[in-house]
Amino acid sequence: MSETLLSVKNLTLDIPTGSGTLHAVRGIDFDVRRGETLSIVGESGSGKSLTSLAVMGLLGKTIKRSADEIRFADIDLLKARKRVMRDLRGNRIAMIFQEPMTSLNPAYTIGDQLTEALLLHRKVSRAAALARAVELLEKVGITAAASRLSQYPHQLSGGLRQRVMIAMALMCEPDLLIADEPTTALDVTIQAQILRLLVDLTTEMNMAMILITHDLGVVARVADKVAVMYAGELVETGPATEVFAAPSHPYTRGLLRCIPQPGKTARGAALGTIAGIVPSLVGEVTGCAFRTRCAHAIPACRDPIPQRGDASHAFRCVFADGALSEEGKVA
Amino acid sequence: MLTFILKRLGLALLVAFTVSFISFSLLFLSGDPAAALAGETASGEDVEALRRLYGFDRPMLVQYGEWLFSALRGDFGESYYFKLPVASLIADRLQITMTLGVCGIVFALVTAVPLGVVAAIRPNSLIDRVALFLSVAGQAMPSFWFGLILIVVFAIQLGWLPPSGAASWKHFIMPTIVLGYYAMPAIMRLTRAGMLDVLNSDFIRTARAKGAGETRVLFKHALRNAIIPVVSLAAVQMGFMLGGSIVVESVFALHGAGYLAWESIARNDLPTVQALILVFSMFYIVFTFIADVLNAWLDPRMRSA
Repeated sequence: MSETLLSVKNLTLDIPTGSGTLHAVRGIDFDVRRGETLSIVGESGSGKSLTSLAVMGLLGKTIKRSADEIRFADIDLLKARKRVMRDLRGNRIAMIFQEPMTSLNPAYTIGDQLTEALLLHRKVSRAAALARAVELLEKVGITAAASRLSQYPHQLSGGLRQRVMIAMALMCEPDLLIADEPTTALDVTIQAQILRLLVDLTTEMNMAMILITHDLGVVARVADKVAVMYAGELVETGPATEVFAAPSHPYTRGLLRCIPQPGKTARGAALGTIAGIVPSLVGEVTGCAFRTRCAHAIPACRDPIPQRGDASHAFRCVFADGALSEEGKVA
Repeated sequence: MLTFILKRLGLALLVAFTVSFISFSLLFLSGDPAAALAGETASGEDVEALRRLYGFDRPMLVQYGEWLFSALRGDFGESYYFKLPVASLIADRLQITMTLGVCGIVFALVTAVPLGVVAAIRPNSLIDRVALFLSVAGQAMPSFWFGLILIVVFAIQLGWLPPSGAASWKHFIMPTIVLGYYAMPAIMRLTRAGMLDVLNSDFIRTARAKGAGETRVLFKHALRNAIIPVVSLAAVQMGFMLGGSIVVESVFALHGAGYLAWESIARNDLPTVQALILVFSMFYIVFTFIADVLNAWLDPRMRSA
């Protein structure tokens, strides 16, 4: 096994609001090894994006971050000064955002924006940076790459812009790429291409990736490890193959029933849904956050929930088997 | 970009031509120039003689054509009151107005833009509140009153600055502040609003994610986008300052073009009024054109417009 690149322990994010503190992320742990792809899956508002921004040190000023550890390689990100974080961002940790239409600066050319990170972090000439930009634009599958450098974002389509964003993130050959729903804003046909591209590039550059998504279909295709997030907590983490073959947490099973699975889902049968809505996280949150939507909830779900499973495949549930045995009893 | 500039230039010329025609017609319709020239005691024959002497009896279009062609050659006729060529009269007075206008807009921009930026970086902070207070005060205070207060404090009580006249650069300090302060609030509020908006945009987050420092994020990435509406506003205000600084010019006894306009209107000095209206509207047109070109340079999306 290769070394751990990013290690996050007991990350908590609190957002003060008018009506009390919003406990957006509550005590989550995860780690990513070199060259590995971790996928964080969850619904909108589950805290996935906030988690990635917390790692980058890009949270808004009002959000309170606390953790036992956030370590990248040998750098303690909890104690890192602004200067150190700036040196890491765009250099060793890069990020791709979900809105390609608005994530590029409308006032500067593609060439300017592509070379910016490289010129900031490395001592290279502008010509060398531009050459690197062309190389990466070609790598992400953009035709007539050299002529794109002088174009502006508004002259490119959404798919092209997302490819530019990817190329931009790769300029400094980062060790870790955080992709926050990189395909959500794109056409379905483009989604698959972009995803394939990301997987190929991570393999080729031996880059670790945190892929944030709400699409389990995406996860199944690319992730080594999966972390299922619900209302600010990680309810289940484990190797992708295991989680898909034997989902332990009722929420994970619920999510998997929501997508068609070849060979398992009968043709014409209705896909599953998870009834109810995500609970409010304002004020004190105790017990299992999923209990309000869980078919197997019992009074004990209000108490602290034990960690089950083993170090590699873990989940949190009052039932030792994640209520799997209860499944048949409920219609 | 060149096509854009040429297009805008063509448009500006068209607007200038239209404005010249409208302003000429309005004055033509506003009263009998011959009667005004002759004075109240003149007989009907005298008025008729004057009408024929100055050619007011000819059709309006003919008069307009004649006036336009001389104007294009820089000849605006002779002032009825000053008995001087209008062109040199205006050129003379414009020096003061231009100096005042340029100083005023520079003062407004130099104070308002940084204040707006700081207010946007720290919304609801002390600086933001001070900036808000300054802008509300600036909007609420009439220029003549603020000018008089400055004269009382700095010229009369402290004796630091001359109260009126245009003899040295010192004479321009107070008028600049009064004129600039008038334009400041709107520029500041627009800069603040623009920066707040832009700083929340996704591409600013992208810039930070690249490892750009705060200064770079603020000035390279944010300000360039936030300043675009400010450029248009400043152009309009600049035009206003050149044409409408009558109050400030009166308070500080600066005999500029604004003051000349007031004098000429009061004396029915038709050629001077016509020429001034044309010159003032040309300023608007020129500044709007400059603002358009600047904005197109700042924002590539506008170049195709």
